[in-house]
Parts: sequence; C-alpha cells; structure tokens
Amino acid sequence: MKLKFLSYALMAAGGLATGAAVAAMPDAGTMLANTCLGCHGPGGSSTGPATPTISGMQPESFLEAMKGYKEGTRPATVMDRIVKGYTEDEIKAMAAVFAKQPFVRYAQKVDDKKAAEGKKLHKDHCEKCHVDEGMKDEDGSSVLAGQWLPYLRFAMEDFQGGGREMPKKMKSQVDKVKEKGPDALDSLLQFYASKK
Amino acid sequence: MTISRRDFIKLSAAASAAGFVGFPMISTGTAAKRVVVVGGGTGGATAAKYLKAFDPSIEVTLIEPNQHYYTCYFSNEVLSGDRTLDSLKVGYDGLIKRGIKVVQKAATGIDAAGKKVTVDGGETFAFDACVVSPGVELKYEAIKGYSAEAAEKMPHAWKAGPQTALLRKQLEAMADGGVVIIAAPADPFRCPPGPYERASLVAHYLKQHKPKSKVIILDAKEKFAKQGLFMEGWKKLYGDMIEWVPASKEGKVVRVDAATNTVWAGELETEHKGAVVNIIPPQSAGKVAIASGLADDKGWCPINPATFESTLQKGVYVIGDSSIAAPMPKSGYAANSQAKVAASAIAAALNGTTAPTPAFTNTCYSLVGPEFGISVAGIYKIVDGKLISVEGSGGVSVANASEAVRKREVAYAHSWYNNIVADTFN
Repeated sequence: MKLKFLSYALMAAGGLATGAAVAAMPDAGTMLANTCLGCHGPGGSSTGPATPTISGMQPESFLEAMKGYKEGTRPATVMDRIVKGYTEDEIKAMAAVFAKQPFVRYAQKVDDKKAAEGKKLHKDHCEKCHVDEGMKDEDGSSVLAGQWLPYLRFAMEDFQGGGREMPKKMKSQVDKVKEKGPDALDSLLQFYASKK
Repeated sequence: MTISRRDFIKLSAAASAAGFVGFPMISTGTAAKRVVVVGGGTGGATAAKYLKAFDPSIEVTLIEPNQHYYTCYFSNEVLSGDRTLDSLKVGYDGLIKRGIKVVQKAATGIDAAGKKVTVDGGETFAFDACVVSPGVELKYEAIKGYSAEAAEKMPHAWKAGPQTALLRKQLEAMADGGVVIIAAPADPFRCPPGPYERASLVAHYLKQHKPKSKVIILDAKEKFAKQGLFMEGWKKLYGDMIEWVPASKEGKVVRVDAATNTVWAGELETEHKGAVVNIIPPQSAGKVAIASGLADDKGWCPINPATFESTLQKGVYVIGDSSIAAPMPKSGYAANSQAKVAASAIAAALNGTTAPTPAFTNTCYSLVGPEFGISVAGIYKIVDGKLISVEGSGGVSVANASEAVRKREVAYAHSWYNNIVADTFN
C-alpha cells in the first residue's frame, strides 16, 4: 500500500522526485512554475484585470504559445523576453505542472446583453473547436471561458492584423462573426469573459 | 507519521484549491520542525506561505512589528493621485488562515548558534531554521543634515505608509510653478527604477494640476534602470518638465537643510531649493540583519545563491533586499522568487531530502504615465555556484513601441500588482 501511495504521489507531483522515503517535495517543474505566479496569479489563475490565466492550459497549447513567443510569431510585451530564459525541457516541465492546475474563474464585469448575444455566436461559429462553451482546452484551443476580457481583446487585436496568425478554420468563422455587426466580435469575447 | 492515500488526496486537493502549484510534503519524522521568519514584507510573507505549503508539518512563525504592510510597489501611484494609500494595505489574515503564527513584535536579534530569535521585550522563539527578510535600513547619516526627524519635512517615502501620505500631501499643497526635487541614491538600493517612476508620476500629477512646475532628479549615479525607456516617455509625455542631473553634473546630494528645503549637491555643493524635497537616502540591509552578524562590511548580507542561506551564519537564510543577490535587483518580485527557493531548501533540509534545482525570475513594471507602462524581466540560474542571468533572456521593453503596447503594459502592471500580492499574502 505504501509503495502504491508513493507511486501515486510521484506521478501526481510530475514524476521527478527521486526515490527517497519522503515524497512530494516540489519538483523541478514546480520550482520553475512557481516563478510564474507573481504575474499569473496563485496556481496560475490570474486575479486580473488583464494578465491571462495559464492554469488548466494543456501542454499542447502551452508549448505552442511558448514556441510562438520564442520564434516571434506570437506578439508579446514581456513573454518574448522571458521565454528565452528556458530550455525546451524546462518549458515542458512547466507545461505539465500548469496542465494539472484548476482554472479558477474570478468574477469580472461584462455587458450581459452582449454576453447573451455572444453565447449564440459561439454556438454557431466556435463550439466545434472551443468545446463546452470554451471551458475545455482541446487540441490546442486553449481555455477561453473565464479568461480576462482585456486579454481576450488583446489576443483578438493581435489576430486582426496585429501579427498573430489565425488558423484557417478560425479565420473563416471570425469573418462570419464580423459580418453580424460591428459589436459581434466583442460580444463573443464578453460571453467568454462572463463564464463562471 | 503515516498517511493514507485518501488523506494524501485530500491534502493534495486542499493545496490545489488553495492555489498552490505543488504538493504538501509528507513528513516522516516526528520531531517538531520550527522555522521563524523575520519580517512580513514580500520576501518574508512568501517564505512563510510556501514553507507551510511545501511541508504543512513545519511550525512557521512570522515576526513582524506592523499589523499591516503597505506595499512599496505602486506607491508612486499614490503620489500621482491615481491610487489610495489604503489600496496598498495588506494584512496577515491570509497567512494566519494557513496555520502560520504571526507575532506582532520587532525582532531584535537572531542567534544562529543558539537557534533562537529575540523580540522586543525579550521573548525568544526557537528555530531549526530562520528566514530573515527585513528589507532595507535607510542610512540617514549618509547625507549631512538628513535624519528621521528631517524626513518629516523632507520625506523619503521609500517605505510605503505615512511617508507616502506626507509626500502626497506636500505635492497637493505646492503652488503651481514650484520645483520638486527627488534625490536618488547610488547603487545598490531598493527598487532601482523607483525614483524615476516617481519622477514620472509626480510629473503626471503636476502636468494636470500645476503645469508650470518642474521635477529635478539629483542623482548620485551616471545611469539608471530602464533609462532609455524613461527618457523616451518623459519627452513624449512631459516635454522638458523632468530634468535629470547625473553625478558627473553635480547631481549627488551631500547635504540638506530641512528647515529651508535646501539641498547641496556635487563636489562644488551647488545649492538647490525645492518647494517639495524628496530625499531617497543610501541604504543597507535591515537593522536586525546587521545586528545579528549577517551583513558584510558594506552592510549587505552575503548568501549562497542556491539556497539563500547566509554564508556568515549557518541555518539562517537571508532573502529580499537585504541579501547580496546581484544580478537580481532589489525588487519585490525578486524577493518573492528568492523566498520560494529558500523555502524549498529549508523544507528539504529539515526533511533530509534534496531540494529541486532553484529557479529565479524577476519581472518588474514601471509606469511612466497612466497609459505608458514599461517593464524589465530577468531569468536567473546557478552556474558554478554563482547566480547568473540566463544569456539572451530578459531585458527591458522594446524602445519606441506603439501606444497600444505601452498601454497593454499598464494593464499587465496592474495585474502584476494583484497577482503578486495574492501569491505572497493570501
């Protein structure tokens, strides 16, 4: 039983703890991940108003984001400078840690009317990839539900000619959303921000 | 101590819900493990919180004389009127709820050999390891005529609280056309970009309310943190309202007279009179660190950067502004980062295990104006026993960025504040 427990603990802690009798010291990945929390909040869930929550981010999304910052294909203010301090293995270790953290959603101010319109737009245009109303990070979709509204807006600005490329499928849907009216895209973002 | 798998899962869930990355350590020994943390600022509070998170069986006692802590970071926003002093106030309820004992007393001595901390009134607290995070001591005596009393007329406002309120009051009372003098010290000192952010936000206030006024920075240095970015912002936002006088141009303040708001700077002792005078004096490690033999002859505390254990006193770990941790700056983020490394080193030492490879980061924002934010970042590693900045990483915001980018950095700066306070005190 004790052996079983230890292996569970090792697995849970990321598997890097070495086999001493005491389990679950913060491992190297945790040590690295802890340095992010001053900006990204306890456990990686940002208390806002703008810095994104990175908890619950699946490794695929996390690694893709870091790669983009490193290569300059994803616009950044500070992350491009920070990511260059880490090796691929270190980034992978951090990705594994944040993937296990719950995405904590803090209440934020949203326009309820817009959010309701956004809900419909999401269903018609986005749900296929951003499943479960954007709550789940699947196939690199990232978690959108509960993300900070200013951040969602920054990201969308970057997609709209700010130097961040949209996947083809996303671009065609975003174009369709924009056809619905000048506020449609923002309504969509308000919907994600309203999710609790 | 044995622990069932079910208990472990419960513990893990609790840690997770509390927002920690990491798992509580499972203690095998039965002897009490006692850690005393001296100083409830950013470094001390973070160390206390993470020690308890890494190993809940450690008895953690935090010794801090003040009931509340006012963060130094973002206190310049109080000077510009964009934030209340009250919004910088944090308490220790978050730490108390985690099972940390908070003692509202001033530590007077740390006895590494006797393994105990003495507080005002003589009470002692025994420890197996001690974390010392007392911030900085202001060396009033380094400037002739300056003193704690003189600071009631010429505030330093370098520890947030009543001094911040006093400087704000003076700025509000000042007539249009007045000169605000800010005296900046030589390196090393707490918050290297702080004096220049202060000049910026004071100028922001003056521009709106007293546009004929000026800000003169009398500096004991030849260059300063984020200099290019500050100067870019000053020119853009404030024209020639801010004048910076480096040491080579008679900038180093050597003497003051609080009664007449006069300062003398440089070898020729050039006289300057200010309507408001803010003297940021040279600094050293906190008083208790010096009194306890933790500092070198320059007044700062040498440490082993892999653990932040003092190289002068075994079992005592010095973190934050008091420590000699260059190339890491004396910043809140650095203190928070160092605290986590020290906490894991102590938890490992008390349990006879090995701590993970230490990791350090600094991220620090400055506001040049309410829509003009800039930042510096650094990632640090231990190589051959030395703390180094990882090559090719970090550095300051890009020069001549768009207004949109500068504005985003303000939004991230305000998030930084909320998140570091939450990570440290809650």
